Amino acid sequence: MSAVVHDHSHGHEHGDHHGGYSGLMRWVTTTNHKDIGTMYLWFSFTMFLVGGVMALVIRAELFSPGLQIVDPDFFNQMTTMHGLIMVFGAIMPAFVGFANWLIPIQIGAPDMAFARMNNWSFWILPFAALLLILSFFAPGGAPGVGWTLYAPLTVQMGAGMDFTIFAIHLLGMSSIMGSINIITTILNMRAPGMTLMRMPLFCWTWLITAYLLVAVMPVLAGAVTMTLTDRHFGTSFFNAAGGGDPVLYQHIFWFFGHPEVYIIALPAFGVISQIIPAFSRKPLFGYASMVYATTAIAILSFIVWAHHMYTVGMPVTGQLFFMYATALIAVPTGVKVFNWVATMWKGSLTFETPMLFAIGFLFLFTLGGFTGLVLSMVPIDIQLHDTYYVVAHFHYVMVAGALFAAFGGVYFWLPKWTGRMYDETLGRIHFWLTMIFFNITFFVQHFSGLAGMPRRIPDYPLMFETWNNISSIGAFGFALSQLLFLYVVLKCIRSGAQAPEKPWEGADSLEWTHLPTPAPYHSFDPQPVLELEERP
Amino acid sequence: MSGGRDARRDGNRRMALRLSVVALAMFGFGYALVPFYDAICRALGVNDLVKADARPANTQVDASRTVTVELDANAHHLPWRFRPLVRRVTVHPGELAAVEYEIANMRGRPVTAQAVPSYGPARAAPHLRKIECFCFTQQTLAAGETRRMPVVFVVDPQLPRDVHTITLSYTFFEVAGRGGAS
Repeated sequence: MSAVVHDHSHGHEHGDHHGGYSGLMRWVTTTNHKDIGTMYLWFSFTMFLVGGVMALVIRAELFSPGLQIVDPDFFNQMTTMHGLIMVFGAIMPAFVGFANWLIPIQIGAPDMAFARMNNWSFWILPFAALLLILSFFAPGGAPGVGWTLYAPLTVQMGAGMDFTIFAIHLLGMSSIMGSINIITTILNMRAPGMTLMRMPLFCWTWLITAYLLVAVMPVLAGAVTMTLTDRHFGTSFFNAAGGGDPVLYQHIFWFFGHPEVYIIALPAFGVISQIIPAFSRKPLFGYASMVYATTAIAILSFIVWAHHMYTVGMPVTGQLFFMYATALIAVPTGVKVFNWVATMWKGSLTFETPMLFAIGFLFLFTLGGFTGLVLSMVPIDIQLHDTYYVVAHFHYVMVAGALFAAFGGVYFWLPKWTGRMYDETLGRIHFWLTMIFFNITFFVQHFSGLAGMPRRIPDYPLMFETWNNISSIGAFGFALSQLLFLYVVLKCIRSGAQAPEKPWEGADSLEWTHLPTPAPYHSFDPQPVLELEERP
Repeated sequence: MSGGRDARRDGNRRMALRLSVVALAMFGFGYALVPFYDAICRALGVNDLVKADARPANTQVDASRTVTVELDANAHHLPWRFRPLVRRVTVHPGELAAVEYEIANMRGRPVTAQAVPSYGPARAAPHLRKIECFCFTQQTLAAGETRRMPVVFVVDPQLPRDVHTITLSYTFFEVAGRGGAS
């Protein structure tokens, strides 16, 4: 997405970071945060398409009851890989891409703190993705255990499971290195005058996300390492016969897994917190409360994990504790939603594509939050556990939450990245197609879930056919709409109209006020001394 | 300017080092959850399937009720013949009962395995108290060996009155990596 960026500032006195390479080697060897951000974004979009094709296989099979297209084993491999690829290959790298592009230019830093490590964090990813894909060709195929990789099934899988475990290790290393880089950049590299409480909220949400990543990615690495040693080295962490316990795996996994939910959601909150004020032409309402709410969500996320496993037979006191703690998260999340709405209140709103995606996010993410609140209640969750209601819930927060925010962010910053405007009409069409097909796909899953349709099953009773027909049609529409997104972005890069210096009059963070459009290849070197107004 | 850059580089390195230590510690924390989980389960009295139960406080035999205990035996992916010598016994709550199981190792080398009990209906589980059981320890059988093993249990008189039949089911799992297992 920065195809035109490198034309600028080559004569800079601090030397040229291309290292004399051009063509492909420029991208392999680059340590420039803008190049690396671009690569993260393209990588995540590629994985988004790969994971999307897998989702289409799932929806094609589920179009009608009975087994038509794939056998149940392959179906399970599809649900597993769709989940892993979308979470670790598409959504997480997309927001790391945003972080690379934006954090240095939002805090006035010349680059990320560890530019070489940054290159390494990215280039691990394609190999991890390759390992995941290769597992399909291992004897027994890819693991069909669900993205949560629950024992004891993982202990019984073929060699594809080992490929997946090593892929998780690599993805974890990449995330941890990226997080160390982000924390160090934000804490040590801010321009003079850029105090923590003046930072754009996107930087705040990423700072907290990076801490979450450093804290929980190693726990996931530990869990899959235990699975690996159970499989091959005679340990029995999860093997009941050797004194282990499969439920232990679920505890360790969800100790990672619940903060992971916020690792995905918080940067999305950050993007939305940049977009809504810009198109409301008002500063963000309740900036400090946003920071505290983000921190509160992050802290609470460590003590709610067992709400994913109410049905394992835990004591009722445990269920009550996790139920109340989970319901408590609605409070800081509510603070955020109210702050976004209050930002729009009496603002002079315009509805360009980024704002449309932000409002779509606000509406649908809140719906997903509400179904999450429903699921946090033990008696209801025991009824709805592992049904399509859960599938609908987490797609409302993952797709309509994180993905909508990522789309909004791409449209918002595309002029800053490329120096060209995207086609506004096509952008709006992309939004409306995405919005409509998303709801066709996932809204009906609430109903099939309430009626009892189990998730991760390739076949189902006849009574669920109508809901699944609708859902599958929606899924194919949703997927095709994303090709339009690809076209809009390519058209913008290749032949978009010249972007004005400040395409969004309401945007007030550093990259809009202190840098030309497009952002030069090297920026803020030397760093500016900022005289920023105090936040209200 | 370059002095400032060096100071910043040192600061960045210190920060990276500290965060790496946190990441390593959290990797260890994942492993620390294993004994922690064990301790929590013990403290809360859940998950103690393969430990001897206390005898019921009230040892009065309730001769007014009879409960049928059905015995079931499975071997999971294991070349063992495993069966109870009787299919079912009828006991009064509070009465001490003893049954026998037989296992035979059909494999040409020693195998170590662990039996894990389960109960039906699940709410009867706390009331079937095993005093003596082969499931309290791992069993190692030499090639071709046959062994008879006892289970001594008491059905607690606290058992809900509408439960007339309890199924006690054992499954033997091979303990991988021990006793000559593959």
